[in-house]
Amino acid sequence: MSIFLDGDTRVCVQGITGRDGLFHTKTMLEYGTKVVCGVTPGKGGRDVEGIPVFDTVKDAVERTRADASIVFVPARFAAGAITEAADAGVKLIVAVSEGIPTIDAARVYQRVREVGARMIGPNCPGIISPGRAKLGIMPGWIHCRGEVGVVSRSGTLTYEVVDQLRRHGIGQSTVIGIGGDPIIGTNFIDTLQAFEADPETRAVVLIGEIGGTDEEDAAAFVRSSMRTPVVSFIAGRTAPADKRMGHAGAIIAGGKGTAREKIEALTAAGVPVADRPSEIPALVAAALGR
Amino acid sequence: MKIHEYQARGLLLQYGVPVTPFEVVSDPRAARQAAERIGGTVVVKAQVHAGGRGKAGGVKLAKDPAEAEAKANAILGMSIKGLVVKRVVIARAVDIAREYYVGIVVDRATKRPVYMVSAAGGIDIEEVARTTPEKIVKHPVDPAKGLSADEAASLASAVEARPKQAALVAAVIAKLYEAFVGVDASLAEINPLVVTPDGEVWAVDAKMNIDDNALYRHPDVEAMRDTDEETRETTLAREMGLSFVKLEGNVGCLVNGAGLAMTTMDLIKYYGGEPANFLDIGGSSSPDKVVAALDIITSDPNVRSILVNIFGGITRCDDVANGLVAALKTRPVSVPIVARLTGTNEEQAREILSEHNLVPAETMDEAVEKAVGLARRGA
Repeated sequence: MSIFLDGDTRVCVQGITGRDGLFHTKTMLEYGTKVVCGVTPGKGGRDVEGIPVFDTVKDAVERTRADASIVFVPARFAAGAITEAADAGVKLIVAVSEGIPTIDAARVYQRVREVGARMIGPNCPGIISPGRAKLGIMPGWIHCRGEVGVVSRSGTLTYEVVDQLRRHGIGQSTVIGIGGDPIIGTNFIDTLQAFEADPETRAVVLIGEIGGTDEEDAAAFVRSSMRTPVVSFIAGRTAPADKRMGHAGAIIAGGKGTAREKIEALTAAGVPVADRPSEIPALVAAALGR
Repeated sequence: MKIHEYQARGLLLQYGVPVTPFEVVSDPRAARQAAERIGGTVVVKAQVHAGGRGKAGGVKLAKDPAEAEAKANAILGMSIKGLVVKRVVIARAVDIAREYYVGIVVDRATKRPVYMVSAAGGIDIEEVARTTPEKIVKHPVDPAKGLSADEAASLASAVEARPKQAALVAAVIAKLYEAFVGVDASLAEINPLVVTPDGEVWAVDAKMNIDDNALYRHPDVEAMRDTDEETRETTLAREMGLSFVKLEGNVGCLVNGAGLAMTTMDLIKYYGGEPANFLDIGGSSSPDKVVAALDIITSDPNVRSILVNIFGGITRCDDVANGLVAALKTRPVSVPIVARLTGTNEEQAREILSEHNLVPAETMDEAVEKAVGLARRGA
């Protein structure tokens, strides 16, 4: 099992004719993902890499039964694209686009919830179920199938951790990047809940960073509701206050959202927190009883 | 993006918020003339992107135009938290019967704009939030529907009991929300919102931060950017699409990805060093970006070594290596560079860099240890 997607997930690529959309359509197809359609308004009727392109998500879904989408459209059109997918009945929407205005993200989040869909991101690398399907921009080859779930607010830091897990012979059930923006569709708790319910996942790596209180909320959830062991790493111990550290969401504001608070909350919940990414494989091995 | 108080005042005025009459000036003589036009007692306020202006001596009352000129003369040119005051606001001073805090931020937990009002206005709201959070009334707003008249009235009545003034406060609350959404603010606050002994309601201060992601649809607001308030390096980084934050240490960092860049800083500290900066070159590895990044890092005289930490996923290591080589050709660097490029096309990257005088490293730990050691020797 894996969470949120599997080898049968039928994928629509929104913005498939753009540079990023096209490039990642190829890498997703190479990985074995069932990309069944693409959407670019005004370019319906063409095909890209043998994938039919439609003008609207509604048409695309009616014709190809896509049940997931990945959004590569430029930030200023991304909120509209996500809403269009939700309204067309797409159940899983991965928003890769970076730079969506916050108020738009708030409105989109609400709309996606109202129709009962799930949004991952925005500003995220996506989700991969190693060996089954990849709905994102992460390099497929660093992953290998296994029993550890990975959830992170970051991109390349996640690749670093996954690469180290693989070098230590530790495979992954699902790896999900939930995004670096202040408002995101799927948070740590949503993901932990799904990992807890997944019989294949026997341990979870949670990679957090400064800003907000999602890690503290996750710690409370681990304590109250999880039997699957969780290990963690928090980036930004040395980040200064009131400075945005790249991600729009990575900012210590009003003295809140420090790494120290997050590490304390996780430690108190029985979650071992690595000082360095290179310590994570050993913590995971211990959690798995190896 | 931060804007100045006078700019926030101007925006609030456009949305009909009763802001005290004001002018912004940059020399003492103009301050006197502004005070003459405004009449009566005025307040002279330093315009810098920093909180605590009052405590720093950057806000003074002046009872007549001559005093306004003298106070402006004292405040202009002074330094507040390292920022030189180049402009002052001259605003009409009003008598205060009661003062409130009204503000809006986007709340990450509820994923909605949250209105905050408090009868404890005029003081540091973060301090109130820490010590007496019960004094702040919070109200999440449905971002699709906006703030209704009933919601505004209910928030106003939480602080103001007198019906006539409560209606005036409610109107301000409604207009502030319109301004917040209208200019895509990430924060909008009036602190304090004053009720005078005569029952008038005035905004005597205004603060707005703008959502960087939404600036594309507000060119008028983008034009308010004051690049005098940032360093040349920060301006260059923004223009080149790099995320850059200056720090106090001596190990320069060039990393792809925000999380990895923060982790690199943390590891430098772990190994006993101090990072000189946070720098994320983002997903693209174009030589232009690498050139700009090296330019920014090496213009910091504290830097004693440079650490390049790249995890090649979609970004290819050979592209970054070529960028580094191109950068070093146009701009020789006098401090040692430790290069750790791993992931996609790492072998090609190693080959490209082998002819150059870089210190190679396999893992992040090894790279950081070497960079910290070299910085220590170069210090």
